[in-house]
Amino acid sequence: MSALAEQATGAVEQAVAAGAGDAEAYASEAENREVRVHGGEVESLAAATQRGLGLRVWIDGRVGYGFGTDLSSRGVETIAARAVEAARVADEDEFAGPPDAEGERPAVAGLSDPSRGEWPPAQIADLALAVEQTALESDSRIAAVEQAVYFDSAERVAIVSSSAVGGEYEATSCYAYLQALAEGENGRETGLGFDLARSPAGLDPVAIGREGAERATEMIGSIKPASRSCPVVLDPTVAASFVGLLGKAVGADAVQRGRSPLAERLGEEVAAEAFVLHDDGLDPDGFAAAPIDAEGTPRRRTTLIEAGRLRTFLHDSYTARRGAAVSTGNAGRSGYRSPPGVAASNLIVSPGAASLEQLLREAGDGVYINDVAGLHSGVNPVTGVFSVGASGRAIRGGERAEPLREFTIASDLVSMLRAVRAAGSEPRWVPFGGSVSAPPLLIGEMTVSGS
Amino acid sequence: MSQGGQELLDPAVAEIVLARALSHGGEFAEVFAERRAGLTLAIDESRIESVQSGAEEGAGVRVLSGATTYFAHVDGLDPADLERAADEAASALRGDRAVPQPLSAEETSPQPIERPPEEVPAARKAELLRELDERARSAGGEIEQATASYGEARREVAVANSDGLFSGDDRTRVRIGAQAVARRGDRVETGAETLGGHRGFELFDDDPAAIAATAARKALTLLDAGPAPTGSMPVVVGGGFGGVLFHEMTGHGLEADHVQKGASVYSDKLGEMVAQPLLTAYDDGGMPGEWGSDAIDDEGTPTQKTRVIEDGRLVGFLYDRQSADRDGVASTGNGRRESFRQLPIPRMTNTYIAPGEAEPEAIIGEVEKGFYAASFAGGQVDPATGDFVFGVNEGYLIEGGRVTRPCRGATLVGNCLQALAAIDAVGNDFWMKTGMCGKGGQKVPVGTGQGHVRIAAMTVGGTEA
Repeated sequence: MSALAEQATGAVEQAVAAGAGDAEAYASEAENREVRVHGGEVESLAAATQRGLGLRVWIDGRVGYGFGTDLSSRGVETIAARAVEAARVADEDEFAGPPDAEGERPAVAGLSDPSRGEWPPAQIADLALAVEQTALESDSRIAAVEQAVYFDSAERVAIVSSSAVGGEYEATSCYAYLQALAEGENGRETGLGFDLARSPAGLDPVAIGREGAERATEMIGSIKPASRSCPVVLDPTVAASFVGLLGKAVGADAVQRGRSPLAERLGEEVAAEAFVLHDDGLDPDGFAAAPIDAEGTPRRRTTLIEAGRLRTFLHDSYTARRGAAVSTGNAGRSGYRSPPGVAASNLIVSPGAASLEQLLREAGDGVYINDVAGLHSGVNPVTGVFSVGASGRAIRGGERAEPLREFTIASDLVSMLRAVRAAGSEPRWVPFGGSVSAPPLLIGEMTVSGS
Repeated sequence: MSQGGQELLDPAVAEIVLARALSHGGEFAEVFAERRAGLTLAIDESRIESVQSGAEEGAGVRVLSGATTYFAHVDGLDPADLERAADEAASALRGDRAVPQPLSAEETSPQPIERPPEEVPAARKAELLRELDERARSAGGEIEQATASYGEARREVAVANSDGLFSGDDRTRVRIGAQAVARRGDRVETGAETLGGHRGFELFDDDPAAIAATAARKALTLLDAGPAPTGSMPVVVGGGFGGVLFHEMTGHGLEADHVQKGASVYSDKLGEMVAQPLLTAYDDGGMPGEWGSDAIDDEGTPTQKTRVIEDGRLVGFLYDRQSADRDGVASTGNGRRESFRQLPIPRMTNTYIAPGEAEPEAIIGEVEKGFYAASFAGGQVDPATGDFVFGVNEGYLIEGGRVTRPCRGATLVGNCLQALAAIDAVGNDFWMKTGMCGKGGQKVPVGTGQGHVRIAAMTVGGTEA
């Protein structure tokens, strides 16, 4: 047993001694590095170790949570006291309780790449500098790079529970991105380029730099489109953002509490046949992959939407008990500070057969959406109705034409999924607002509001 | 006069840490120590749940050498932890030892807290949430769900740097929020409202459950809402959280890091008219009891009131130490960080459009056909291009100078330079609201404020076909 797992075990024992009926400890430690570069120089170089422990306790159907960074025996005692005190404030919930032990823990290869540690700070700084330099040199209209950032992390997680569920794993992750600035006639345009991998060797700095530069320069001279209803093609990053929203709507917690547009729609037709969606907690290419979820239940692959029908919701142990279902291994958490709750792991949209060029040809006359803004404020999570800001390119004669900005697209999640006409053949991992792999999507019709 | 959080850091230890941080050179070193503790709870389905209580402590050490910042942070405040952070931060430097100035303690005046929330029994906080829940549910038979949350946090901070600064602050914030869901047949609408401050439990002395009634009223109003109009038209923005529009479309562009990288539309506009003469705006980190207030920023600079727009002219940017050094000016006390795990960057505190002279009724009364955005769900801006988008969660049509029917799902899109210049009326009513602002992966509490403000023309992205 690792030192981390021993600390977690000690915390569970302390909690039981302090009056908890059941207890579960989640301990994590991470080594993080971040480099920011600007103008050919390293702007900042940060290194940190971070550890902490969260303790969930159950006392007669009441749940409490305590957390802290002091993992000495006195520190853990304080965390246990906080958790028990918190439980006494909560109301009783008949479905509350630790997860039941379920199934074998799968082995997931490829979560951790130790070569990350072999890259000294100077080498990762060079990688970030190469990202910036590529963007600056790729097009004379690139005036500057606001910043280029490299980040990596090696994390270990241990979960120990009084109900014998638990486990440990290690994972590494790296990403780099930049925001390129292009000088246009009407002011500046920005473009994001990014890539992610398990080690710095898996990142392609040239591709990242080029992507940022291309996305910025292609927006030069953008105009506001006329309002109309037309076919749209969603860039994989945009498709991924909407799929991230969908990931919340398929969470059983939102469904059981009547706050999901998909509540009451299990088994119904909610999408076109071209849209197939899985949640896969075992795919090591996605950053959410792990052998166990955030409360120790084995991760798995779950079919969410197939043949247009909604097959299941995502469950953790609480919603499974409440909904007389089985946990799908979808307890997630944002670190030791917060208790687990239902969350998608890696959401994967199945790629189709058509290349991006074919999708554009099929759209004929429409709009390619490069970017959306305001997803957190422009979507009603209960109904799925949305109206968000967007920018992109006109599609004319089956090809991308003039750049467009300052318009909105509006629909609702289910109507949009039902209008998917085709999925592209080239998917991409997008780490914003969840871990999603999505290809470009052709939507038959959508309302575009401009001038 | 209190010493704030200075006791977190023994000055003798801080001097050793700073000396070690400069052991391989550098022009400047700083140690930032922090202890944070908090409690949050929620009510959902009329049941108290999600009770979370925790404490974290640690420190961040940074060394500045040339254009580069070297930063390391550790959990824990033992002298050995701090020295480890200093060694880590210095490890990539290759210069000669530099010597820090001896520390001299600054007097600070943390915001007064009458009733520290940690001294109020947790059961009282649960009771407060039950009051909110009942108030929302009693607002009408169409209220189907209500949820509410309570949060308290105390941050004690201490800062010491190689220029000899040694300062501290003790910050307590409390906040409650209420959400309501209303249903009529297939129509489902939501409403939300918050109340928060850099205050103790005394903030809740005066009918705090009124926010639940407001949240419910918003949701019920939307049940009667029709589609939002589409196109360019005059837009009247409400006070309080309406100020988030100014925060997003202008405030971020005034943060000196964006300005210096040319990533702000205001980069070359200092001294120029950017708005009509009726508009004056400030950032003020010292407003008593406000959500975005502190005694000092997270680099030890006292917070201040900074005029950013004076009678329509752009007169100032918001600086932390490093960006101020670059421009040869003094920091405006806007160097903030989410926690000891991050570097400080220029951030807004409480940002607002100062009250103008117009009567709110007249601002609306002069509009023949337009849109009234009473409140926003939030917004987003690209500071480099100035393009922004806002989700309106409470909006109405204006017809013949009167606010008529509610609209649902409206979005405001535009460009900040044009929108700011198009503000042609500023109301004499004024109030502040709370928000959480994200930048560079760091979230900090900010205040927004204004009275009613009118924008002569703006694009409303509606839901009307």
